[in-house]
Amino acid sequence: MMQVGKMTQRWEGKGAVTEPTWVRYLLVTAALAFLALFLLMPLAAVFVQALDKGWEAYLEALKEPDTISAIRLTLITAAVCVPLNLFFGIVASWAIAKFSFRGKSFLITLIDLPFSVSPVVSGLIYVLIFGLQGWLGPWLQTHDIKIIFAIPGIILATVFVTFPFVARELIPLMESQGREEEEAALTLGASGLQTFFRVTFPNIKWGILYGVILCNARAMGEFGAVSVVSGHVRGSTNTIPLQVEILYNEYNYAAAFAVASLLALLALVTLAIKTVSEWKMQQSISVAGKER
Amino acid sequence: MAWSSGKNNVLPGFTPALGYTIFYLSLIVLIPLSALFFKTATLTWDGFVAAVTAPRVLASYRVTFGASLAAAVINAFAGVLVAWVLVRYRFPGKKLIDALVDLPFALPTAVAGITLASIYSQNGWLGRYLEPHGIKVAFTPLGIAVAMVFIGLPFVVRTVQPVLEELDQEIEEAASCLGANRWQTFRRVLLPTMLPAILTGFALAFARAVGEYGSIIFIAGNMPMVSEITPLLIITKLEQYDYAGATAIATVMLVVSFFMLLCINLLQKWSRRFAE
Repeated sequence: MMQVGKMTQRWEGKGAVTEPTWVRYLLVTAALAFLALFLLMPLAAVFVQALDKGWEAYLEALKEPDTISAIRLTLITAAVCVPLNLFFGIVASWAIAKFSFRGKSFLITLIDLPFSVSPVVSGLIYVLIFGLQGWLGPWLQTHDIKIIFAIPGIILATVFVTFPFVARELIPLMESQGREEEEAALTLGASGLQTFFRVTFPNIKWGILYGVILCNARAMGEFGAVSVVSGHVRGSTNTIPLQVEILYNEYNYAAAFAVASLLALLALVTLAIKTVSEWKMQQSISVAGKER
Repeated sequence: MAWSSGKNNVLPGFTPALGYTIFYLSLIVLIPLSALFFKTATLTWDGFVAAVTAPRVLASYRVTFGASLAAAVINAFAGVLVAWVLVRYRFPGKKLIDALVDLPFALPTAVAGITLASIYSQNGWLGRYLEPHGIKVAFTPLGIAVAMVFIGLPFVVRTVQPVLEELDQEIEEAASCLGANRWQTFRRVLLPTMLPAILTGFALAFARAVGEYGSIIFIAGNMPMVSEITPLLIITKLEQYDYAGATAIATVMLVVSFFMLLCINLLQKWSRRFAE
């Protein structure tokens, strides 16, 4: 049946450093059972329940005007947040990976900070600044600018939670590549920008794709932080995850899962692209290693 | 070390790049986070203590930290098992499963939340078999722990996996030559090598679970004193326009996050030294 008995190449045929066959079968079965229970079952449940009332009801649920407007808002949010954090990620990793300076590791810790903050707290801090009782609240109100319970607040909270994705991917990648290639290009007379686009960029493009795709997935799927600043106005300040919540709380389960299935598909596409870019990155690192 | 290794570094753009990095970091992260502390500073000390030690708040800490701890322990064991199987054995569909381990990172939390709630509810795929045996998962603290196991699952796997891959086979051969059986080799040789990575993954999973909101609220039931998590309490306070209360609790959460971040950094330093 399953070829558990075989080991991966390095471990093949080394009796002294492997386990008896039955132990191997047992461990693989236990691991797969755990993953099936906690990963595959939820994934399957999304799609099964989305199609619970058939394809027509599924498509009908996706054509709801409120759902369409939630999809539009989610796309707008991602279209603003991802480029902002992409640009920051490239600039920050250039400074951090290609130069040495004091306080570098502290700076990296600060960049990672948004990952350790609870999403709810991430939303709250913007309410404290831009909300009616916040620092800028009164000024914003007299000038009739709405940030909290409006689209700018949603975008700000999303920029915060997706802040580290590109940078934390590119910093180690660029560090591992060193700066000899860039130095050679500059010596041969290339300008700074030429060096970046002709030399650095081709080396980091898969890392950029990896960071962007994860940043995008989080931007489109963020729930906690956005839920604090959105105000939940149907058809105007609801993103896809918030729309899922509303439909679910109205006991409209089939529609909730139909909309949720869009996000689950996004997650699967994300995983696929992530796996490919990981593979390409490893390939480019090992090629670079051989050339050196 | 010099401020920049300017003398022997010919690459351009250091000053503007670092300047922009610090500017954008301050604008998006540091200034907004400091708003939390400034707002808390406007509270009196007694008011702050009263807000963060109210019985309902204390109960929410117990639920949040208790469930996070339980979930992180489960993830530590399951994570080592999954990492071990993925590195050491060959079986059909292994590559696919390896990629799927990251699903909890990619799947939006609200989707995970409603899905887990529906699976473990009374008529759900698992709930219908568990409830007749008196095991209630949905709308109990147990459900909170289940959601936290889901979202924390990749952390231990992804920290232990590279350590196992790098491991030198000769150590195990040596142990075997010296007469250790397989279990002794695992306990006395492999486990100590993996320990820093396991603890790092454990701390990451714990930290993530403590702050988690989206995947939990649907399955938690959210009963005050019983199954109400601290992040939800912050939102409840906000909806009641109790900004001071929300801010005080959020400050406690943020201090806990900083402390966890410090622990994780120290653990990572330790594992790096261990690897050398």
